[in-house]
Amino acid sequence: MSEIQPGTEIPALQLPPISRYTLALYAGASGDHNPIHIDSDFAKEAGMPDVFAHGMLSMAYLGRMLTNWQPQASLRKFGCRFASITQLHDVISCSGKVVEITESGEEVLARCEIQAARANGEKTLIGEALVVVGASS
Amino acid sequence: MLDKSRIGHEFASFTTDIEKGRLKFFAKAIGETNPIYTDEAAAKAAGYRTLPAPPTFTMVVDMEAPEFLPLLDLLNMDIARILHGDQNFEYFQPICAGDRITVSGRIADMFEKKGGALEFVVMEYTYTNQDDELVVRATSTLVHRNG
Repeated sequence: MSEIQPGTEIPALQLPPISRYTLALYAGASGDHNPIHIDSDFAKEAGMPDVFAHGMLSMAYLGRMLTNWQPQASLRKFGCRFASITQLHDVISCSGKVVEITESGEEVLARCEIQAARANGEKTLIGEALVVVGASS
Repeated sequence: MLDKSRIGHEFASFTTDIEKGRLKFFAKAIGETNPIYTDEAAAKAAGYRTLPAPPTFTMVVDMEAPEFLPLLDLLNMDIARILHGDQNFEYFQPICAGDRITVSGRIADMFEKKGGALEFVVMEYTYTNQDDELVVRATSTLVHRNG
């Protein structure tokens, strides 16, 4: 029997501050070349204080947290809402916990609430993941 | 106002190759340190055919379309005014280096909030591999700021 229970915490992931370098690298690697993330002039003209992070960069961080915890092949569902913009220099941390254990077919699944937040605790991403944690007996 | 008669519109599907170098570049960009994402021997030891694509790489595949976010042109949206509202993935099979993935996308819904100051476009995507297996299903909501 798995020791993963409702309340089990997923080991948190602490990220370095978001820099322009982080965003340039992510833009290139992800193919999301929207200039609002990499061109300060463009971002300011659009009414933003400066460039800001791709939502999908933080979702990738949540993905890292999940696959550090359980193998990626065990991930069945993974979703999130982008609750607030991640600004330049924000320090993001990812955390989550199991809220329910369910069964589907032959699989025991952990439903997890996950989130990314900036240093002041404000949530930037709020989501859920469904992860296989064992086989039905 | 975005043209709601476009709900149900299906974009031309396209096929793209999952390249090993691209996966390594993506892993670097997200700060991934787990060797299964960059070292084939480690990936195989973990039970993968070869390097697996990380969970959110699926959306990178969308960006390989012949036109960047074809939705923008279709609905006359301003790239400076879009935000990502939400993103959901459902996984059926892993995507690995060397796979050929076909992406099909459609506009599932459109709605507005705050008296039209924010408009939402919900996209649905399916991803199938070279063996015609459904590997991932996704939904993605884009927000257009009008104010």
